Amino acid sequence: MSHDHDHDHEPPTPQALRTEAIESLLLEKGLIEPTAVDEVIALYSERVGPMNGAKIVAKAWRDPEFKARLLADGTKAIEEFDLEGGQVEKLVVLENTPEQHNVVVCTLCSCYPWAVLGLPPKWYKDPAYRSRIVREPRKLLAEMGADLPPSVAIRVWDSSAEVRYMVLPMPPAEVAGQVATMAEAELTALISRDAMIGVELL
Amino acid sequence: MPDSELLLDIKLQSDMELSGEIAPPMANGEVIFEAPWQSRAFGLARVLCEAGHFSWDEFRHRLIARINAWDTSQGDAAYQYFDCFLQALTDVLADTGLCSNLELEGRLDEFSARPHGHDH
Repeated sequence: MSHDHDHDHEPPTPQALRTEAIESLLLEKGLIEPTAVDEVIALYSERVGPMNGAKIVAKAWRDPEFKARLLADGTKAIEEFDLEGGQVEKLVVLENTPEQHNVVVCTLCSCYPWAVLGLPPKWYKDPAYRSRIVREPRKLLAEMGADLPPSVAIRVWDSSAEVRYMVLPMPPAEVAGQVATMAEAELTALISRDAMIGVELL
Repeated sequence: MPDSELLLDIKLQSDMELSGEIAPPMANGEVIFEAPWQSRAFGLARVLCEAGHFSWDEFRHRLIARINAWDTSQGDAAYQYFDCFLQALTDVLADTGLCSNLELEGRLDEFSARPHGHDH
């Protein structure tokens, strides 16, 4: 537990008390190590995040051979990045093209490719996103800023415990012709988490 | 329409926390946990799973059930994902025998008997 001496602050919420009660019981039973929870939180808040996905996308933009491997077997292709965090039982990478745009959702809960994108943003877990992206993807994407012409087909991919999806976005039009000669850091700066979920166009 | 307004509002709120025009991929660009207990509940679930006390799928099924119960309820309360998460954690602890509801309620009673202002 964090031992913040916040006696002058608001009383703890019922959820905070319940969580504290669970943790204290699990500690007493020896089911968890005192520092294990802090370590997991640090892992996901500091070391596992969308930068992992951005590096993968940048490499795919620069290296057609890697891109082919990534699209053929995402789980295997990202092994060389030696990512922490696991939770990618099977990673499928979906390539956006001028003809097809891909967008990822988990309609049932919050499944998300943690190892490459970190933990999901709040809106990804929201009932409005989970239902509307399936029902009216073109309208919702436009509202979120990804306004796609009617000629582009939209495909919605529902994540599951077994399969996690990540979108390989198209590079921004202004750099599309020169990605092969750009440095990785220049490219990763262009790649947003939302583009790798499929709700943003670069 | 309320649905779309809600989603847009959530997205705008999160985008406001970004510093540049494009989200810096180093961070999610927004707060993932809105209170410390949310990150601790997440951490507890992960630690127990990684230690083999239950599989993530066993947890996930209970999370889906709690989310589904919220989705189908007619309540006016705003959706709170981590409330569902904490309920699912409580469920999986009880179902696997790691920590019964009785034990948990007993500990909560002890907490509520603590002197005022002493919350740890």
